[in-house]
Amino acid sequence: MSILVYIEHAEGAIKKTSLEAVSYAKELAALEGQDVVAVALGTIEESALGQAGTAGASKVLHVNDEKLNAGVIQAHADAVAQAFEKVGAQTLVLAKSSLGDAVAARLSVKLDAGLVSNVVALPETNGGYKVKRSIYTGKAFAFSEITTDRKILAVKKNAVGLKTDGDAASVEALEVNLPESDFVAKITATDKATGEISLPEADIIVSGGRGLKGPENWNLIEDLAKAMGAATGCSKPVSDSGWRPHHEHVGQTGVKVAPSLYVAVGISGAIQHLAGVNASKYIVVINKDPEAPFFKAADYGIVGDAFEILPKLTEAVKALK
Amino acid sequence: MKILVCITHVPDTTSKIQFTENNTQFDKTGVQFIIGPYDDYALARAVELRDQTGGSLTVLNVGEAETEPTLRKALAIGADEAVRINAFPSDSLFVANQIAHYAKEGNYDLILMGRESIDFNGGMVHGMVAEMLGVPSVSPVMKLEIEGETVKMAREIEGGKEYLEAKLPLVAGCQEPIAEWKIPNMRGIMSARTKPLNVVEAVNDKTATKTVSYELPPTKGAVKLIDKDNVEELVKLLQNEAKVL
Ligand SMILES: Cc1cc2nc3c(=O)[nH]c(=O)nc-3n(C[C@H](O)[C@H](O)[C@H](O)COP(=O)(O)OP(=O)(O)OC[C@H]3O[C@@H](n4cnc5c(N)ncnc54)[C@H](O)[C@@H]3O)c2cc1C
Repeated sequence: MSILVYIEHAEGAIKKTSLEAVSYAKELAALEGQDVVAVALGTIEESALGQAGTAGASKVLHVNDEKLNAGVIQAHADAVAQAFEKVGAQTLVLAKSSLGDAVAARLSVKLDAGLVSNVVALPETNGGYKVKRSIYTGKAFAFSEITTDRKILAVKKNAVGLKTDGDAASVEALEVNLPESDFVAKITATDKATGEISLPEADIIVSGGRGLKGPENWNLIEDLAKAMGAATGCSKPVSDSGWRPHHEHVGQTGVKVAPSLYVAVGISGAIQHLAGVNASKYIVVINKDPEAPFFKAADYGIVGDAFEILPKLTEAVKALK
Repeated sequence: MKILVCITHVPDTTSKIQFTENNTQFDKTGVQFIIGPYDDYALARAVELRDQTGGSLTVLNVGEAETEPTLRKALAIGADEAVRINAFPSDSLFVANQIAHYAKEGNYDLILMGRESIDFNGGMVHGMVAEMLGVPSVSPVMKLEIEGETVKMAREIEGGKEYLEAKLPLVAGCQEPIAEWKIPNMRGIMSARTKPLNVVEAVNDKTATKTVSYELPPTKGAVKLIDKDNVEELVKLLQNEAKVL
């Protein structure tokens, strides 16, 4: 039997979070003596799809239909459901994402499959099927037992890590039947920051708060981010005041991130901000107030003025390369 | 237009999260419960739409009697009537089933809710409800306008936005900046007391998951402070100790 993985792609490549989902499925499949089949929707090169193999898929089913390029949620759910039935899978794995969540919810009803989101570890299967998930915006974990035969797991970034030691997967075309009604909600335009590193997928993030004083100082954050190969983020008041675009706002009500390194500059560390970053492996805090709550959550800290420290830090990182 | 807004009853964002009974129960001691912050955005936008287009605004919660103050608050913010489906919200599927059943009977044009609850962060209920009703679902929606039968939306995606159009009926999971949160005023609070809050029994008890226990993350060790005049030291630690550069 196979575990099916729904993979997303952007700019001609499979998303890293989706490759992580494939790696996760591969480990799960090994426990259960299964193999991993991925399903991709829309236009993308076969060679790029083969990449799913390096992360552990033996085959990729490709629905090569340009109508599926934009993230039409209902059509994606329908196509994946048909792939699921075709493969005869019992388990679907996908990366937690804006599109993934929306598709997974519809699929759980369509397939009559118990769905757990924000999964952070492989399931425990002795006596029930218990899945560890992040809850309370990262402030705790729950163990949820899936009681249905069919299962859907939406995996949080950095849950098991990415392994890329497999071979390229074979790609097979898949035909699906999609009714017109799947396209009732139409995407009319997208407005995507191209070339930038996407915040939810970034491995390093440099984030600025109100301590940066204004948008005119953001070059200090951007320079450090560039030197580190990082994405940029910000606190809520920063995006509320329009200093930075909304999609950079990190926290409980913004983007939740799980990078290897989160650098917080001039951010106080209010509990709502921490809630979005507490899954980071390492946190560096730069703040002139030694009492800033963020220091309690940090691994490394510098007490001092961001305007003084950032240029020096950027130079020191550049000197590494 | 008939609008239904589904709200969660969740611990305040600053709550300290703790568990009791051998990590099997959430510890409510000292915890203040609020309308889910994302649901607050949905409600605020619904009040504006109702005021613009006329019609009615119903607010719904699947929960036990303790959630009624939260529903009253939603009435004070501007909902016309409230409904409590009397059951413990045991999992997303269960909650979605209750909402879908209620919504089907009421023929709502627009169903709004938050993109996710801030307790279980599932973000699944809106999609499940829409699938059960056979209508489109869009989430997370940061802008929503109604022009006749057409709904124009902006949806957040990784690193940007997507603009969408759909026809009513529709289910949307909302987030900022779809509207400014509304704070109940004295008139709202007074009128909320006389607005109807109907209690309805649950329709079926189908669940797909069961949460058996909880765990807190390990406590963090103390921060390693580095002198501000020695940033090279930080870079060294990040490279050699944390191995992240
Ligand atoms: C329901 C709800 C949800 C929320 N969700 C979020 C969320 O998702 N994300 C979020 O971020 N916030 C959220 N908030 C807001 C949150 O409570 C804080 O208000 C916010 O995080 C503060 O942002 P800040 O740290 O940038 O600003 P401030 O609190 O103003 O802190 C600025 C910090 O910069 C430091 N500083 C000032 N000058 C310098 C300098 N020159 N060099 C170095 N340091 C300096 C100061 O010491 C201070 O610590 C939410 C609030 C509520 C009520």
